Amino acid sequence: MCLAIPMQVVELQGGSDELLDPLVALVESDGVRKEVRLEMADRIPAVGEYVILHAGFAIRTLTAEDAEYNLSLMRRMAEVLESEGRLPGAPQ
Amino acid sequence: MKCADEFRSREITAPLVEEIARSLVRPVRIMEVCGTHTMSIFRHGIRSLLSEGITLLSGPGCPVCVTPASHIDAFLAAADLPQVTIATFGDLIRVPGSGRSLAGARACGARVEIVYSPMDALALAQKEPERTVLFPAIGFETTVPTIAATILAAKRLGVTNFLIVAAGKTMPNALEALMADPELQVDGLLCPGHVSAIIGSEAYRPLANRYGLACAVAGFEPADILAGLLSLIRQINERRPDVENCYTRVVSAEGNVRAQQLIADVFEPADSEWRGLGVIPGSGLVLRNPYRSFDATKQLALPERPSREPKGCRCGEILKGRLLPPDCPLYGTACTPLQPVGPCMVSNEGTCAAYYRYSGRKTGTIHHEVPSLSAATTESS
Repeated sequence: MCLAIPMQVVELQGGSDELLDPLVALVESDGVRKEVRLEMADRIPAVGEYVILHAGFAIRTLTAEDAEYNLSLMRRMAEVLESEGRLPGAPQ
Repeated sequence: MKCADEFRSREITAPLVEEIARSLVRPVRIMEVCGTHTMSIFRHGIRSLLSEGITLLSGPGCPVCVTPASHIDAFLAAADLPQVTIATFGDLIRVPGSGRSLAGARACGARVEIVYSPMDALALAQKEPERTVLFPAIGFETTVPTIAATILAAKRLGVTNFLIVAAGKTMPNALEALMADPELQVDGLLCPGHVSAIIGSEAYRPLANRYGLACAVAGFEPADILAGLLSLIRQINERRPDVENCYTRVVSAEGNVRAQQLIADVFEPADSEWRGLGVIPGSGLVLRNPYRSFDATKQLALPERPSREPKGCRCGEILKGRLLPPDCPLYGTACTPLQPVGPCMVSNEGTCAAYYRYSGRKTGTIHHEVPSLSAATTESS
């Protein structure tokens, strides 16, 4: 089951020892707090950024600006565009 | 919070729905290959918003559903060993193998624990060194790196009572096999959101080029799915099959390189059996040599017997998009979410379970005598 909702990082913990004290993020969404592993995150999040979770691991770090950019793509898609290929793509 | 709520807002979704209706010029067939897409489409009532010309098919996107009965049987054989604890994701425990399920084994006294992460299974192994903890490692590219990271941690920590059955699967070769099937008529592919987060949107380029298949990567919120469908319909209209990334906040063209590296460090590709689809070359992942000591199949000498599928079960054709759930003779009669026969009815994300819960169709289109299931099983082809 994929979890669609990004969780906000409220704290980074550990990191003194890769094995015994690995760096983890504490995340929160709607009052739910959880510790997540960062081994497979595309980049280490900063406090205040968001992460997408899968099976206890952060799989992607994103910012509010990333979400806003994605929304703007969708708004533009829904405008009536003469078919001229103005479809969404990767950020420039 | 912009990161979630706005992707459900009518301000974003209503214009997309209108634009989809305006753009549709001929009937299109679109397949989604992600169980979470299947669920989200039903839960948000997206089918009811779309005109009849859009047919949505569910492909093999639910990891539990495509795990062959032979693997479930291996998990069950391990569960019967007195020193073994099975630590598994929750959606696996009700899936029947050739006969029983892990839930059935637990009722008979086997130790079966539900975990949220493979790391929790490793922690259980550390807490109970006198037992062997087996994690059934099923999943696609999103889940496999979590298992790889857990294996690496287990090796570094010197934990030897933690084992897995490597049953991970990869999407591109399976999609390739599906699209090569001349009987499958699909115009567009709604690409799985979080598999794509790992493998990258460019992974679908060969499908677009080779099969003229329109591809759109989409997230799981209503606006994400609608944007993906609109992108596909426009590509199909313009006869310009391409790969469009509509989930830019999570998916990049090249994917998550750190996660890809974790997979490559611990696993190597192998041929793999998919329930309903048969053996697909290079679509599975097995442990690399340095990590074979974590292989439960070898360490516990688990049986590797051919699969036996329940008689009458059409999950195979449903997973290939050839049949809709009500076309199965067992749907709604012998097979319901409370008493499931096939994996598509068991898993929350299975196509049949989603149909049953949300479509209002509680019975199939085919009505005939259903054989007794306890006695009748048949070899799968």
